[in-house]
Amino acid sequence: MGTVTTTYREAIRAALRDALQRDPRVFLMGEDVGRYGGCFAVSKGLLQEFGPERIRDTPLSESAFVGAGIGAALGGMRPVVEIMTVNFSLLALDQIVNNAATILHMSGGQFSIPLVIRMTTGAGRQLAAQHSHSLEGWYAHIPGIKVLTPATLEDARGMLWTALQDPDPVLIFEHGSLYNMGGELPDDAGAVDIATASVRRPGRDVSLITYGGTLWKTLQAAAELASDGIEAEVLDLRTLRPLDTGAITASVSRTRRAVVIDEGWRSGSISAEIMARIIEQVFYELDAPVARVCSAEVPMPYAKHLEDAALPQVGTIVATARQVVRGHD
Amino acid sequence: MTDFLMPSLGADMERGTLVEWRIRAGDAVKRGDVVALVETEKGLIEIEIWMDGTVESLLVSEGATVPVGAVLATIRGSEAAAALPGAAAAPPVVERPPAPPLPPVAGPAPRAPAVLAPSAHPAAGAEPRRRVSPAARKRALDLGVDLAAVTGTGEGGAVTSADVERAAAARREAAPAVPAPADRQAAMRRAIAAAMARSKREIPHYYLGTHVDMTAALAWLAAENQRRPVTERLLYSVLLLRAVALAAREVPEMNGFWGNDVFRAATGVHVGVAISLRQGGLVAPAIHDVDQKPLDQLMREMLDLVQRARTGVLRSSEVSDATITVTNLGEQGVELVWGVIYPPQVALVGFGKVIERPWASAGALGVRPVIAATLAGDHRASDGHRGGRFLAIIDRLLQEPEKL
Repeated sequence: MGTVTTTYREAIRAALRDALQRDPRVFLMGEDVGRYGGCFAVSKGLLQEFGPERIRDTPLSESAFVGAGIGAALGGMRPVVEIMTVNFSLLALDQIVNNAATILHMSGGQFSIPLVIRMTTGAGRQLAAQHSHSLEGWYAHIPGIKVLTPATLEDARGMLWTALQDPDPVLIFEHGSLYNMGGELPDDAGAVDIATASVRRPGRDVSLITYGGTLWKTLQAAAELASDGIEAEVLDLRTLRPLDTGAITASVSRTRRAVVIDEGWRSGSISAEIMARIIEQVFYELDAPVARVCSAEVPMPYAKHLEDAALPQVGTIVATARQVVRGHD
Repeated sequence: MTDFLMPSLGADMERGTLVEWRIRAGDAVKRGDVVALVETEKGLIEIEIWMDGTVESLLVSEGATVPVGAVLATIRGSEAAAALPGAAAAPPVVERPPAPPLPPVAGPAPRAPAVLAPSAHPAAGAEPRRRVSPAARKRALDLGVDLAAVTGTGEGGAVTSADVERAAAARREAAPAVPAPADRQAAMRRAIAAAMARSKREIPHYYLGTHVDMTAALAWLAAENQRRPVTERLLYSVLLLRAVALAAREVPEMNGFWGNDVFRAATGVHVGVAISLRQGGLVAPAIHDVDQKPLDQLMREMLDLVQRARTGVLRSSEVSDATITVTNLGEQGVELVWGVIYPPQVALVGFGKVIERPWASAGALGVRPVIAATLAGDHRASDGHRGGRFLAIIDRLLQEPEKL
């Protein structure tokens, strides 16, 4: 079996093409997904291949086209709705939270919403405070939806199909800094599970718990820590709702120490939830306070040096892990 | 690199004498190899290693007596396995830099992120509470270590679980070495006394007994042995052993260990066989995986075990692995055995002598060979109802000997 050289962007495109070919109920809808090929060029070429019925450009109205997606899902379709960035998804919050997440329950289980919403998240590209935030943790607060955060080529390629098989709404957050990431993917790469976290690097001294765009910074930090004699375990959460709590507590029980790395803000965040579960479930396994590396609590700055300073970086992760393991950095 | 430790070959063992090394520095070893001969109260034991790797250095010379848990050798491993299953993990060999002195509580350390800085200011004049991690508190309780005497190497001088383990190891090292007992029989008597006293002190035993009709088993055995050459004949005790193992698999509460207030079921069924020694005393080494092995193999292993227990040398895994014990005192003419459980196991099965008895069955009275099977059970791990079921399964299995 061979491999192909690809990118995160191409892996998502391959997943979309595969879904469009395999299931006639699948269609893609969003701003500029057709003629322009997608704001991040993910859907480039799909309009030519599948035609305007299945690759649909929409007006600039998130509330309207997410609502249309919910209607289509109710009507038996399997829509994939693209929202340009998570910041803009707030315009559709009513549709996502008040409709998509609730209709199954409010209809007494009669109607499910098999809808997939993809959107870009995260900073690092000097797109400033209206295009750079990481609000996936907010969505993870909402019962009735699933929240996926693919960080690897395998997950970019494989999560979409599994999400489409789910009877309930699934949100997929693609970190903007990953689209150009290249690598090798097996020829036959396909669907992956969306229920479990994955240990991307085993280690015995501290658990570095992260997801999405910060996975790669965290892996780099783990490599630096190794050269300093600290064996860090890197856990990629992959899915923020439902959280794979068992994987988190198992890792922390082995290492007795944890650092949560999250590009979101710390107050009222998914990182706070992860720490709470650690304290609730494995308090007696801990050898040090659980620590966090999050973004500074400011709207994301535009200036490069300020944006860098606001985001979790390899150096901060290394220093925090050292502090947790050794009591000093 | 992994430390190879003096193993604990039973709850009662505190130290052992390294009689002979079977390896040298630079030798390759693999899991299961016998690497040393150690003298304990139970006699000479061959010690096996539980990892693959290369011997880095031998740290204890032949003739030395060291406490359980002392480092005997270091192994450069091809896997980071512990030196022995069940033994406490070796303290990390990494030298940690000495912890900085506890910073004054008034201000956070300058470079520490705010989230890690001391957040509570103790009331003026009050002693600040000692920093001990939750894991270290739990470990100290398990090992009986006094936290006041432990040096902390964690953040701000906090005591970590590794610190507690180091303190426990140091305490064992410091234990005064008693002179090697001149009289091994006396030492074995003391070891048995300690284990049995602990058993009766800690284990709330319950006792159940039943009579098992051995007609079918003995008839099958006689027919079977007629077909076999003399050297391969089976004894009925091997049927009993096998029946106990299969029953233990069906009633897992009988097969495992009690410790730290919980019962842990064992994954394999390793039956300890009580063997009395000619010079006096008793050992109960295990035959491994009795539920998985055919009768022929069990017969060979049982004879080998008895032979080696009485004249030769047992292996460390045999001495420490038993998950349930069987004692068979029928040879001595005993009819009923009310046994004492060997801690931390939770059950002991006793068999008496096969006796011909008047036996009523299907409304008729006949004479049948009958054996009394008894169970001493740990009431913390199981109840009489389950124990009764366990004995009933043994009975049922012995009625169909061809299936054993």
